[in-house]
Amino acid sequence: MLNLSKEKHVEMLRKMLEIRFFEEKVFELYAQNLVPGTIHLYAGEEAVAVGVCSNLRKDDYITSTHRGHGHCIAKGADLKRTMAEILGKKTGYCKGKGGSMHIADFSIGMLGATAVVGAGIPIAVGAGLSIKLRRTDQVVACFFGEGASNQGTFHEGINMASIWKLPVIFVCENNLYAMGTRQSIVMNIENIADRAVAYGIPGGVVDGNDVFAVYEAAEKAVERARKGEGPTLIECKTYRHKGHSRVDPARYRPKEEVEEWLAKDPIKRFKEKLMHARILNEAEIQHIEREVSVEIEEAVKFAIESPFPEPEEAVEDVYA
Amino acid sequence: MRKITYKEALREALKEEMRRDPTVFLLGEDIGRYWGGAFKVTEGLAEEFGDERVRDTPISENAIIGTAVGAAITGMHPVAEIMFGDLTALAMDQIANQAAKIHYMFGGQINCPLVIRTPFGAGVNIASHHSQSLEAWFMHVPGLYVAVPSTPYDAKGLLKSAIRGDNPVFFCEHKLLYPIQGEVPEEEYTVTFGVADVKREGADVTVVATLYMVHKALKAAEMLEAEGISVEVVDPRTLTPLDKQTIIKSVKKTGRIVIVSEDCKTAGVSAEIAAVVAEEALDYLDAPIKRVAEPDTPIPFSPPLEQYVIPDEKAIIKAVKEVV
Repeated sequence: MLNLSKEKHVEMLRKMLEIRFFEEKVFELYAQNLVPGTIHLYAGEEAVAVGVCSNLRKDDYITSTHRGHGHCIAKGADLKRTMAEILGKKTGYCKGKGGSMHIADFSIGMLGATAVVGAGIPIAVGAGLSIKLRRTDQVVACFFGEGASNQGTFHEGINMASIWKLPVIFVCENNLYAMGTRQSIVMNIENIADRAVAYGIPGGVVDGNDVFAVYEAAEKAVERARKGEGPTLIECKTYRHKGHSRVDPARYRPKEEVEEWLAKDPIKRFKEKLMHARILNEAEIQHIEREVSVEIEEAVKFAIESPFPEPEEAVEDVYA
Repeated sequence: MRKITYKEALREALKEEMRRDPTVFLLGEDIGRYWGGAFKVTEGLAEEFGDERVRDTPISENAIIGTAVGAAITGMHPVAEIMFGDLTALAMDQIANQAAKIHYMFGGQINCPLVIRTPFGAGVNIASHHSQSLEAWFMHVPGLYVAVPSTPYDAKGLLKSAIRGDNPVFFCEHKLLYPIQGEVPEEEYTVTFGVADVKREGADVTVVATLYMVHKALKAAEMLEAEGISVEVVDPRTLTPLDKQTIIKSVKKTGRIVIVSEDCKTAGVSAEIAAVVAEEALDYLDAPIKRVAEPDTPIPFSPPLEQYVIPDEKAIIKAVKEVV
């Protein structure tokens, strides 16, 4: 257990539940044909976003990916505006122009989700450079998957962050599959974190389904970044509960593997730990769950009742 | 008025904007104190502003632009240099998918005020990977502005506007323009995007040209003058936004148009301008639209081969004579 206040533990559990319930709801709405396009659900990976973002201040930055709902929520995004964006509504974060894969909230340092795999890495490095040039003590957490670590941007970006000692925490969410491609098919190494050696920065592997392990690793990396000592690469081993996207039943994953990972559900483990340490009892947890459910229902109601944008708004916002 | 080179004009713009605004900084390969830029545009700037603001980067074009994007959306005004225009291909995702779309995709929440400077153009025998003119690629990406200055005056004024603006600007230079001289006032000025400049007035034929081709068009116009053909040379100065009105106004006067551009003819700069004239000013034309552009080939190395593909004064004169 970490030496954190009860409030902090509750906040972390609440965020993880928000992500889980939110994603379950998105899946449900998708089945009802209310979500246009596609969805990439974060369910199962909650400990990563929450473990990292629980170390961040409001003015710290994050960059995100196509599987980005969890990052947004962990950083403090409004659930209503997030859900409205996913449904393509005018009240969404991007007025319906971005959708599920492009949510951003610059007021909380959420610099946006990019749907080009690995493209967020140099953008995070640029935010780090900006921090250094402006001489503030902000930091940037850059989320990406193991698949992105095969992109040139990974090499180019981390090398730059290293030579310039930029305050960036590179968080690799290794969920073992890039779409349907197993890591072993496209890499001859087991740990992405080993690549840190190539850039002369610290790298480490953590259990990405253990929110405390992620929190601890991120805490160290954030501290190092704030002190101006440079970037860190944290690899979080985790697993997505659903397929890659809306159409994917994920038949490429062996049943035993799925069962093994479902048993390691990060929320289940966190709750058990909280109860075991007598930080929260079952009744208290259920109370939080009910509160989060209500919050999600309100977000859904808001999103469904919100209007679509006027069609001609499509040609607005091309230029500032 | 004093005369300075195109290169010096660009350097002055960078220097003045960096003095004015501490959030302006430069990044690129070999732009710092050891080299001063492959074409020496940034020479001496590291000495004045320090290595932090005149930042040498690794050879990582995509990350140079990506880093500039990240800085631009968090309060800075980066000016990135890509050493040769051809190498923008390596940064295309960050230019076209990220920088150009961030404002739109995120619903107007944030601006991406970033300038990407790069030299295009053939004529110095450096073959297929260092000689192309790819302006049209960037005209095809909504969200980017595209500048194509042909004179020291325009180069300085447009670069200052680009740095002060709120949008990503793709700023095209031309290798052969760097040493050319032109009048540039000592006092402060900017050139507004989307305003073409009539570089020479004439009555018989409109020649629209960009970058180095403006100078060839002016030379051709002089030679044609001797033969009694009066040529008006219009320089759009920015391709996005494109000042259609000035081009159309000139066509209304002359009834004839020749479009000269150094890029490949197919789907090139000249194609877009021709389409604008065909759509919006066809009734004023007394002759078919003519285009002078590079043939659809890569740029070859050997001098006679290279000279064969670059549009020259002779080609411009021939095209003009075909329409008068």
